[in-house]
Amino acid sequence: MKSHILIKNGRVIDPSINKDELCDILIEDGIIKQLGPKLIAPNNSTIINAANKIVCPGFIDVHCHLREPGEEHKETIATGTKAAAAGGFTTVCTMPNTIPPTDNRSVVELIKNTAVKEGVIRVLPIACVTAGSLGNTLTEMYDLATAGVIGFSDDGNPVENSNIMRQALNYSADLNLPIINHCETKELSQGTVMNEGWVATQLGLRGMPNASEETMVARDIALAQLTGGHVHIAHVSTAGSLELIRQAKLKNINVTCEVTPHHLTLSDILIMGSNKTLNEFSITNSAYNTNAKVNPPLRSNADMEEMVNGLNDGTIDMIATDHAPHSAPDKICTFNEAAFGISVLETALASALTLVHEKKSDINTIINKLTFSPAKFLNSDFGTLQKGRSADITIFDLDKKWLVEPSRFISKGKNSPLNGTYLKGKVETTIFRGKIIYP
Amino acid sequence: MNIDEKHTNKNMLDLDSFSQKDFKTLFLNTDSMMGILSKDIKKIPALRGKSIVTLFFEPSTRTRASFEQAGKILNADVINISSMGSSVTKGESLHNTALTIQSMKCDIIIIRHPDSGAPYFLSKYLNNTIIINAGDGMHAHPTQALLDLYIMQKHLKTFKNKKVVIVGDLLHSRVARSNIWGLITLGADITVCGPRTLLPQDWFKYESLPYKHPFNKITIETKIENALHNADVIMALRIQKERQVNGLLPSMREYSKLYGITDKRMQIANDNAIVMHPGPVNEGIEIDSDVVHGNQSVIQKQVTTGVAIRMALLYTLCVGTYKNESE
Repeated sequence: MKSHILIKNGRVIDPSINKDELCDILIEDGIIKQLGPKLIAPNNSTIINAANKIVCPGFIDVHCHLREPGEEHKETIATGTKAAAAGGFTTVCTMPNTIPPTDNRSVVELIKNTAVKEGVIRVLPIACVTAGSLGNTLTEMYDLATAGVIGFSDDGNPVENSNIMRQALNYSADLNLPIINHCETKELSQGTVMNEGWVATQLGLRGMPNASEETMVARDIALAQLTGGHVHIAHVSTAGSLELIRQAKLKNINVTCEVTPHHLTLSDILIMGSNKTLNEFSITNSAYNTNAKVNPPLRSNADMEEMVNGLNDGTIDMIATDHAPHSAPDKICTFNEAAFGISVLETALASALTLVHEKKSDINTIINKLTFSPAKFLNSDFGTLQKGRSADITIFDLDKKWLVEPSRFISKGKNSPLNGTYLKGKVETTIFRGKIIYP
Repeated sequence: MNIDEKHTNKNMLDLDSFSQKDFKTLFLNTDSMMGILSKDIKKIPALRGKSIVTLFFEPSTRTRASFEQAGKILNADVINISSMGSSVTKGESLHNTALTIQSMKCDIIIIRHPDSGAPYFLSKYLNNTIIINAGDGMHAHPTQALLDLYIMQKHLKTFKNKKVVIVGDLLHSRVARSNIWGLITLGADITVCGPRTLLPQDWFKYESLPYKHPFNKITIETKIENALHNADVIMALRIQKERQVNGLLPSMREYSKLYGITDKRMQIANDNAIVMHPGPVNEGIEIDSDVVHGNQSVIQKQVTTGVAIRMALLYTLCVGTYKNESE
């Protein structure tokens, strides 16, 4: 007997088919069977009442760290995918900074097999650009591509050698896969722990100038132009980078980029903490908030506002989490000692929806950047509610207010700077291949 | 500082939240402590039964000895722990080290740490111990600034319309940052001077600083002659040799040529201007030997005052306003 789920009366938003209307969705055996008003449920259907809720394709995260293999005390494929499901994601792409690094077929297969056995959503690995992410020799990209990776990245270790980057773009162009680069010129960021600017100056912390990102973005664009390869700029964070990408896109250079929810909504001033005493710039022991330490760092307010403009005008292609879970000792220490990274999966949607509630962006744009746009980047057939496609669906309440309590995260990473704040917008149900995986 | 009697935990982390009233109270107590330091028998029982731990993760002579001397004169028991030869070298985290010390029922931890914010970290996790910042990374060195400000106060009488010039490595200086906060609260005119490589880049982008930020009151000057014009106080900062290695300075020689405080340059300043330095001085680089030992220099006085300020601070944090020494 066939299994059915009927999602009734939701506001269905699917940018892939330009849809934003009240209607029902019928799922049959994991596949979207029908989309339309007042559908009739077959016998024994599971009925989900989505009245006053938004129904959209399951979210796709092209950049996250699930820490397995190697750092299972921080996250596993099991906990990470469950956390992702709670955040409305049905597909995640995992960065290759595993231990050992994802630079050969066996690690890719390990991740994929573990995901099938223990994960609850689709896990698509990203492989290293260079062996061991050491920046010297290219990985066996063809072999890795046939093993199923969706792109190449040396993640936190930018490809520093320009010639290696050139050859990587050349070689991967033939495979039609992107080189994803974390743009950071290390000479300009040596020893830095946050954004360079007045906050860093006041706190006595070493700051990373915007130029450290922008110099490498400029180089990568030039190399993409030279080779015709596809460069994807990971977690863009400065206004200057955005301007370079905007110009490159006008010239039809093969460049795409992503932004994280935190670079859209938080700025470096967060590291100063709250509860000002003598004046609004004096600090207390809520300063030096290690949960706000991330790379690229939270930038200035001006950069943050420019990220939102870039999202709205299409310069930024997608929202990616850069979910980077850490264990408690990695963050219970001084700011210099603390690990970089934020646990994002379970707050990503609500953070992004802040832009909708503050009227800085609109709901269709946000959903597009979480679904159809990353799906195009992956050349995938999911991320859409078209008939016949995999029933990956997220249902959320746009207005539901909730308190961020990291101790209740499903992710092992409790490292969220949003700890104790209220957000608006909560995932109610996540469906992957026709199966309810959250709650 | 919270000199609020109701607070069970009073700390000295930095001067950014130190009010004019706080300065007044502390300086009054310091006057009394200066009196005790000038006596033959330098001992009062004010902190009898209190224990102090100095927890130093960086080398230090004067600050640490000064705190120890201050504690001992007040009759507290002082234990010195340094990162060398402690369990820190065995990989113990700062968090666990601090909890261990608190569990031993120590009353005060005086911490120096290469990481900015380390004392704030301790104050967040230790609820029953007073934390005093003896220098954290590039962030703050409030007791050094307090003693500097005390000397300036005695010399200037009032800070209003008085020009204080801080010369040197402002980028890395915790002494300068703490002094700046105090000088802002006390109402002095502040000028900082140094090569652009040793000044925070954002100080040259005025638009980036929020309009209401107190640091807007700082005047930036890269020419020493302009900076010293009409100066009432000149504070030279220590230049670390490694700044040259890191490419921030072409040579110590060129620095000294451009920014060294010489007799000749002193003539640009006001006649009765004083010269300060947090020490240790690189004589002939930051300040010429003649000036270091000249009659406008208060560098040795800074050391004595350092003990009195720290006595006053320990007293104020543990007991309150100092009334008389036999209390």
